[in-house]
Amino acid sequence: MTLETFWFIVIGVLWTGYLVLEGFDFGVGMLLAVIGRGEDAAETNTRRRLMLTTIGPFWDGNEVWLLTAGGATFAAFPAWYATMFSGFYLALLLVLVSLILRNMGLEYRYKRDSEAWRRGWDLIIMVCSFLPPLLVGVALTNLVHGVPINAAGNFTGNLFTLLNPMSLLGGLTLVAVSLTHGAFYLALKTDGPVREKAASFGDVSGPVAAVLAVVLLVWVNIHTGDAASWIASAIGAIALVVAILANRVRRDGIAFLGTFLAIAGTVATYFLAVFPNVMPSTTDAAYSLTVHNAASSHLTLQIMTGAALVFTPIMLIYTAWTYWVFRKRLTMHVIAPQTDPLAPIDVPAHPAGADEATV
Amino acid sequence: MSKGDPAVDALDLARWQFAITTVYHFLFVPITIGLSVVVAGFHTQYLRKRNPEMLRLSKFFGKLFTINFALGLVTGIVQEFQFGMNWSAYSKFVGDIFGAPLAFEALLAFFMESTFLGLWIFGWGRLPEKIHVACIWMVHIGTVLSAYFILAANSFMQHPVGYKYNAATGRAEMTNFVAVLTNKVQLVTFPHVLLASYMCGGAMVMGVGVWLLHKKKATIDRDMYRKAARVGAVVTIVAGLGVAISGDTQGKVMTEVQPMKMAAAEALYTTRDSCAEFSLFTVGSLNGQKEKFAVTVPCLLSFLATGSFNGEVKGVDQLKKELPAQIDAAAQQRGEPLKYVQPADAVFTPNIPLAYWSFRLMIGIGMFAALIGVAVLWLTRKGRFATPRWLVWACIAAPLLPVFGNSFGWIFTETGRQPWLVYGVLTTSSGVSPTVSAATVLTSMVVFTVLYAVLAVVEVKLFLDYTKRGAEPFHEVEQRSDDDTLAFSY
Repeated sequence: MTLETFWFIVIGVLWTGYLVLEGFDFGVGMLLAVIGRGEDAAETNTRRRLMLTTIGPFWDGNEVWLLTAGGATFAAFPAWYATMFSGFYLALLLVLVSLILRNMGLEYRYKRDSEAWRRGWDLIIMVCSFLPPLLVGVALTNLVHGVPINAAGNFTGNLFTLLNPMSLLGGLTLVAVSLTHGAFYLALKTDGPVREKAASFGDVSGPVAAVLAVVLLVWVNIHTGDAASWIASAIGAIALVVAILANRVRRDGIAFLGTFLAIAGTVATYFLAVFPNVMPSTTDAAYSLTVHNAASSHLTLQIMTGAALVFTPIMLIYTAWTYWVFRKRLTMHVIAPQTDPLAPIDVPAHPAGADEATV
Repeated sequence: MSKGDPAVDALDLARWQFAITTVYHFLFVPITIGLSVVVAGFHTQYLRKRNPEMLRLSKFFGKLFTINFALGLVTGIVQEFQFGMNWSAYSKFVGDIFGAPLAFEALLAFFMESTFLGLWIFGWGRLPEKIHVACIWMVHIGTVLSAYFILAANSFMQHPVGYKYNAATGRAEMTNFVAVLTNKVQLVTFPHVLLASYMCGGAMVMGVGVWLLHKKKATIDRDMYRKAARVGAVVTIVAGLGVAISGDTQGKVMTEVQPMKMAAAEALYTTRDSCAEFSLFTVGSLNGQKEKFAVTVPCLLSFLATGSFNGEVKGVDQLKKELPAQIDAAAQQRGEPLKYVQPADAVFTPNIPLAYWSFRLMIGIGMFAALIGVAVLWLTRKGRFATPRWLVWACIAAPLLPVFGNSFGWIFTETGRQPWLVYGVLTTSSGVSPTVSAATVLTSMVVFTVLYAVLAVVEVKLFLDYTKRGAEPFHEVEQRSDDDTLAFSY
């Protein structure tokens, strides 16, 4: 295997990591609208706080997978990075704006005890958990679908070039899969009414996601697939079916693992189907960016490989440890009643007679 | 560069967007680096001495830290993506070298910062105490590593080393990664920026501490805020001294690798053979012709630039004549095509008034913060609690001074490099994305500017609200023994 191929796989793994990890926290964010609804405002708030606390220690680290996928593409395939990021400009702009607002929502929502404040941020969290999977799904599917690229390796289309039927299906599928993945995550990480509602939601969203995913995968494989990509798709599809069945009998762990593998199978399908291209040109196949013509020099790839081999295991260990530390299921009871973090506090006055030192 | 040429407009807009988003991002970064170390210090101190005040301070400043960290992180994503979006030609040309430190930064630093911050925030009462304290230290180490890699990438743009031009691929390729990471510009820039960031953290703790000391003078908490103020003042002063020393070294390296930047910093038009004076400030026209009023220190510039009071400092006029040919010759020697070196197309001077004033503001307001630190230490010496009105005002300004000092430093160093994107190798106009329209860049620039402005309002408001409230009482922050409710949930 050449270093170019190795780095192509690494980038596939990074996208898989991003979509399986941030996938569930996008799902949880969207599900605030469905599962995060109680009898009254107070119960709604407690539910939402419980749901957000399940992703609390993780979402920040999950997002770094996207940054690392971007950084690794920049370093290993500069031409791919340059064409993709400048070509998918407006879609990326929307993703960035969504991620910024979403992070602000997660960080600031609880910092003030006001119903209006919370409702505003909740809406932002829901919308901004929906847009990134939609847009990332569209963008990644376009990599397989092909986009107009000229002889100089520059993207020559516009936003509407990217909104072709296959890519739109890719976007919708990622939303549906993220919703299901998030529901299974909530079922796995909580107990009580939230767990039950999440599992029931998964019973509905799972089959919808499965239908979309199967159509998408068949389409992608017919478009540019080979034997390997068909196998990856089959594994992904089987995993998704197993997930749905496991959820029916409320085996939360297996269900979550199933959607995890379904996402991995889909990303593997994409990467296998497009290889050795990284961005096929619909203008002329000769202009396509490939793992060879888009790659960095051998030395850069060697250095990066060394770093990846040493530091990825370390990163994986502490990431896994975090999930281990916060492995306990959460219930509504463990969420302390919300107090106003900004209410004035009574501080006792300084004892009299101890003021001599004051000027 | 004719007017109305759409490519030029996209270039200008891309530059403005980079300037806006970068300056904004770097308001939060130095505070993140500086505050994390102080919070880690308070938390460690609590573990060693079991002093409840230290726990309260670490939680209090930890809260201010997270408000700030959130914005630094999200605006950082924009930074990484922006190279591909607006500067795709640059990304292709130097990605082989420039991409690696960015990927290292994500893999080594960002994962560490984000994961361990999550552990620290949610880990109260769940992690063994020593491990919990280690988490906040890991956050700090992550921020420092991040600074190292991104500054190495920037240093390559200031002084490209460890690469060669490959005619077959038409791009710059790495020949020596260690040389890139130990670039002599990097070795002086990293300590300068790191210490300047510590100054930001110190001034933040000092400013908030003094303000709360003033507000809560009649309460038993005043001892705690006095301590915070003094710790902040010490950090500000010590880091400030370090900033001055490292800045001095940096000036000498800058004079060597980018003489035009030093000349621009001084608005020095005519070469001085020896004993060039350092201008403190000037009233007059900056084209060097008319000088109505100026305060100068004799020979100081020679010393700053060369390390000798009799050193020669070249002026803009001379450099303008010599540099194009020198840079051309150097490029030819390295076998680089001259299309990347376009002296005809490039105006060979940076914006001199901007360089002159940003350089002075960087130094001036940075030093002012250190002086406030000295005043705080003096007025709170030996158990005193004096907070005269002027000091309170100074301390309200104190957190902003080093932060803006950092901004001016970056404005100086980045605009002072112009017209180069990679000094002597690639001009800024050659780096912009060739097929991204001006309208597209304008859209994103407006979107980011508006979004960032709104976020700034929210952030400042929250920051002030939390500051006004002060630290939680001890019984609120002490660790829970029962596992019934989480010590921290959203």
